[in-house]
Amino acid sequence: MKYTLMVNEGPYQHQSSDTAYQFAKAALAKGHEIFRVFFYHDGVNNGSRLSVPPKDDRLVQKQWSELAQQHGIDMVICIAAAQRRGLMDASEAKRQGLDADNIAPGFRISGLGQLIEGSIESDRTIVFGD
Amino acid sequence: MATKKFMYVNRKAPYGTVYALESLEVVLIAAAFEQEVTLAFVDDGVYQIIKDQKPKAIGMKNFSPTYKALGDYDIKQLYVERESLEERGLTEDDLMELTYEDEDDDWAEKSSLSIISRAEMAELMAAQDVTFSF
Amino acid sequence: MSMLHIVNKSPFERNAVASCLSHASEGDAVLLIEDAVIGAVAGSQAATLLTSALTTKAIYVLGEDLAARGIEQSRLAQGLQVVDYSGFVDLTVQHDKTQSWL
Repeated sequence: MKYTLMVNEGPYQHQSSDTAYQFAKAALAKGHEIFRVFFYHDGVNNGSRLSVPPKDDRLVQKQWSELAQQHGIDMVICIAAAQRRGLMDASEAKRQGLDADNIAPGFRISGLGQLIEGSIESDRTIVFGD
Repeated sequence: MATKKFMYVNRKAPYGTVYALESLEVVLIAAAFEQEVTLAFVDDGVYQIIKDQKPKAIGMKNFSPTYKALGDYDIKQLYVERESLEERGLTEDDLMELTYEDEDDDWAEKSSLSIISRAEMAELMAAQDVTFSF
Repeated sequence: MSMLHIVNKSPFERNAVASCLSHASEGDAVLLIEDAVIGAVAGSQAATLLTSALTTKAIYVLGEDLAARGIEQSRLAQGLQVVDYSGFVDLTVQHDKTQSWL
């Protein structure tokens, strides 16, 4: 099966990003494909590379980055939601005249059309949120 | 590309959280994909399309006029659950008028809103291919 | 054609479980994850709501979320089935669509 997952909450505040991650790992272990993970609402904060949790806690952003790199998952952060919340890649930061960017490896910023397209292309769409 | 039935289930009131506004943003983008689009307003979600929203004094933008534009995007299947209205002391008269122009009927202006029962809502949900919930 | 409904809210805090059960069709499955597992404990007010739905729907509870919250599987209301994440994936395969009740 080919899946598109939608993650609507940020890391640490709500369990949904962890649930989506555990689901993705379990699906991949069974030979399924995660075609795309789309991060929306506060979920865009899962793509910040500047998160520094205490050493004994999981690093949610890094978990996603590593999973994406190991399995070739397309991880898309919604641009409109990201702009509201201060999540930028280098080219967007430059376009907005900002002095910093903060997107983690393995994530890319794009439009909501990627969510719809992912759902059309995939056998299943699953929403994780609050 | 295959055509799928997409439903957007709105169960949260506007302003208290961002979900209503950002859900609407997804719906507007989805309109460009030529898929079948249905909106459902259930539970507190019925407040998204209530009349006379005036959020100015809480410092927020009134985005409710955007629902009136949905007809121009060819999104004309908006379903409101009757029981959800009644539980909240509301009737159809409390809702905004949302319309579209029917190109098959000499562009006559018709209502996009249908008030349906919970049982009908359940059937509608069962008929979808992809359900986004906010 | 059947649907997997995924609920993640404690029934003591939000109406997502009740709303889901009143909209799920015969033959659908309901999976309780995250805080929704709190409603699955036998003798709780919510358990009555869940067990009365068992005549037409299957109800599953995510074991990892039970364990995290210190709920032994022996405490669950009768008829509820425990799945792990692998079982969660299988449920999304067995049912051709999902709806999350957020």
